[in-house]
Amino acid sequence: MRRNVIFTLMSIEVMLNAAGLAFVAAGARWGQADGQVMFLFILAMAAAEVSVGLALLLRLYHLFKSLDIDAASTMRG
Amino acid sequence: MLQLLWLIPAIPFASTLVLALFGRRMSQRMVAIAGVGSVGLSALISLAIVPASLASGTPFTQVLWTWIDVAGFRPEIAFYLDPVSLLMVVVVTFVSFLIHLYSAEFMEDDEGYARFFAYMNLFVASMVVLVLADNLLLLYLGWEGVGLCSYLLIGFWYKDPVNGLAARKAFIVTRAGDTAMIVGLFILFHTLGTLQIQDLMHLATVHWAVGSPYATAAAALLLGGAVGKSAQLPLQTWLPDAMAGPTPTSALIHAATMVTAGVYLIARTHVLFTLAPDVQFAVAVIGAATLLLAGCSALTQSDIKRILAYSTVSQIGYMFLALGVGSWAAAMFHFMTHAFFKALLFLASGVVIEALHHEHNIFRMGGLRKELPIAFWTFLIGGCSLAGLPLVTAGYFSKDFILWGAWTSPQGNPAFWIVGVIGVLLTGLYTFRLIFVVFFGASRTPVTHRPHYRIIVPVILLATLSIVGGWFKRSLVTFLNSALPPLSEVHVSRLSETLSSIFAGLAFLLGLGLAYLFFLGRPEYAESLMRGGFMRRLHAFWLADWGFDWLYDRTLVRPFIWIATLNRRDVVDNAFTAVARWHQAAYYALSRTESGRLRWYAAAIGAGAVVFIGVILFT
Amino acid sequence: MLITFYVAAAIAIVSTVLMITRLNAVHALLYLVVSLLAVATVFFILGAPFVAALEVIIYAGAIMVLFIFVMMMLNLGDLATRMERAWLSPSAWVGPAILAVLLVIEFAYTLGSAGRAELVHETAPKEVALVLFGPYLLGVELVSMLLLAGIVGAYHLGWSNPKERESIDALESDRQRAVSGGNLVRTGTGRTAGAAQRDFHADVD
Repeated sequence: MRRNVIFTLMSIEVMLNAAGLAFVAAGARWGQADGQVMFLFILAMAAAEVSVGLALLLRLYHLFKSLDIDAASTMRG
Repeated sequence: MLQLLWLIPAIPFASTLVLALFGRRMSQRMVAIAGVGSVGLSALISLAIVPASLASGTPFTQVLWTWIDVAGFRPEIAFYLDPVSLLMVVVVTFVSFLIHLYSAEFMEDDEGYARFFAYMNLFVASMVVLVLADNLLLLYLGWEGVGLCSYLLIGFWYKDPVNGLAARKAFIVTRAGDTAMIVGLFILFHTLGTLQIQDLMHLATVHWAVGSPYATAAAALLLGGAVGKSAQLPLQTWLPDAMAGPTPTSALIHAATMVTAGVYLIARTHVLFTLAPDVQFAVAVIGAATLLLAGCSALTQSDIKRILAYSTVSQIGYMFLALGVGSWAAAMFHFMTHAFFKALLFLASGVVIEALHHEHNIFRMGGLRKELPIAFWTFLIGGCSLAGLPLVTAGYFSKDFILWGAWTSPQGNPAFWIVGVIGVLLTGLYTFRLIFVVFFGASRTPVTHRPHYRIIVPVILLATLSIVGGWFKRSLVTFLNSALPPLSEVHVSRLSETLSSIFAGLAFLLGLGLAYLFFLGRPEYAESLMRGGFMRRLHAFWLADWGFDWLYDRTLVRPFIWIATLNRRDVVDNAFTAVARWHQAAYYALSRTESGRLRWYAAAIGAGAVVFIGVILFT
Repeated sequence: MLITFYVAAAIAIVSTVLMITRLNAVHALLYLVVSLLAVATVFFILGAPFVAALEVIIYAGAIMVLFIFVMMMLNLGDLATRMERAWLSPSAWVGPAILAVLLVIEFAYTLGSAGRAELVHETAPKEVALVLFGPYLLGVELVSMLLLAGIVGAYHLGWSNPKERESIDALESDRQRAVSGGNLVRTGTGRTAGAAQRDFHADVD
């Protein structure tokens, strides 16, 4: 697993994209528009998530001065 | 008047409660009044009951309440008064009263004054319950109560660990006997359905034939209990060490009363023993062996109280011998005289110990005849009674009666008689050895403390009783024979009663003479005798109580301690804590998964997703 | 048609794999953009022009640009690349590789047991709109609330309070003054001159 936070967020985008692709393909198989609607929802959700995630990333960087996600691991035990 | 019977145990018990709860706040005078007065009241009541009981002529039962009522098992708190228990109650309360009066002065300087009287009163209450008990369960209650008080009082000076060890030894050894006894009670209840003594005796004769295995088993187990409590072979090892307690305790518990509880038990359940002649024979054998063994051991001791302790063991051996040959009244009679003179001997020895400032070794005493005249004369009277000075002392009459029974009774045996006579010789020897060494010769330790009236009066009273107690033999025996089977005089051929008495008297004189020779007249004979290797080893062997302590240590104590150290980490306990520890381990393992690292969580989610998909697809 | 599909799919897979294994974050982002464009092509071939356009405009156009802005703000440089090299040992790929292989197996199994299908027809944007504002109306409203929450959250998290920052700096300068043995009465941080800064220190002194 990569330790860089940016890569984590990027990977999340890839996963969401993949899920959306599956939905669209399913919708196309039966010729209905529902798949595309699902993809729209996923897209909107990804957008919101990215904005909040990047804001958090900035705060993280501000606090720890690095992009290592293992730096914030005090909530253990 | 007979209705007051329940007060006899109740008053000392109430006094115990008062002293236990408020003793710290009461002045010493108040404590003495409460402690001595309660037992005094009991003694008065028991004396007052005597005429009423004699007048009624039948046994009297007083039921207080039902203790347990479960599935047909219905023991009650009930007291039973017949000649045997009346005799025991009177002797116990009266001697207890005198000893309490003595200890009011004797224990004056002790800080545990109130505690002492609380324990002693509890003891008197328990002993009276034991004696008056109508059923075996209540008797066992009293039995345990006196055992507890014995433990508490032996370890009275608890700050010295040696006393605690002695107390534990006494408790554990008597426990062995008590366990046998309770198993015997189980057998009796299981086979006959009741524990009420009179009913038991009646049912036993109805259901069991002579020699029945049930009777034999029950009697043998009850004998086990009696042997434990009365310090007979093989459980006699605790009594000499019990002398660690205060002298009044030794006088009351380990001379006059508690140790005779075993004798009382056998006398009470005599029907069982007559139904099991093998066990009765065993009783006699145990008595005979013990009296010889203890007599030999007493000859070698140098601690004044230990000599008297072994003497007690030996005299109870006489009582057991009497019970074993079927001379029940003789055993009770000897109990009475023994209570008098043994308590007297202990109390007088207490005077000597106190006067010489806690000196126990007789070879460091000497020449006290002039310094402590009262102690000397009372000790002399007690010693003569113990050894059996013919015709004058009570001890002579009772011991003589036993010897006669050992010869003539159908279960009697010339061998028993011979052993008894040898015992008389030994008794005289060690008693006069004690008297000569302590009271004659040169003074080795100066006298620092002299007794006052509270000590003097009881010892003089007991001395008087040690003399006159024997003059009531005939009426006492008739009295007892209304409750116990009389002695049937069978083997009268070669020996008559007079001849037996003459032999006993001769043995006494021989003992006295030998003691005089070795310890007063020509001590150099004793020293030359002791120079031989065999004699020295014999002396050491007898001093160590015929090696019983060594034997028990090797066979019982050490293996037990070895097993206990093997189980140091307590296997059973570990089985339970293993549950807790397993939980803790699981907790630690699980808390390790909460590492706080995001990558770990993401990986866990991914792996979980793979597993779930796999499960859905492939099952 | 089919060739276009295979080519676009291949580009998507390859560029995603490249994106994962890059050391430089910006390079990875650019590969991600390529991947998203390829997926948009696949959407178009599948007969979903609306989502294809949406993918390009929003996903590649807005979200990725946001990423790139943030990367430029962070301005990591060479040090980051070296750290990534240190972190990315081959042994780090073992676990993910295993999980990915297992997933691929399950995927192949699912697809294999499903059977073949033919493309039916192209769904026009009009159809999508009808469905969106018909049965899925509630979902649309909820998405709008989600976006609102996202906006508020991002704004709040992103905004660094100037007073907050000033007080942190003031504490720093107090320490500096104590170290240098300065007089507490004397105002001025020594870092920025001028009476204009005096207001900010009033509550700290």
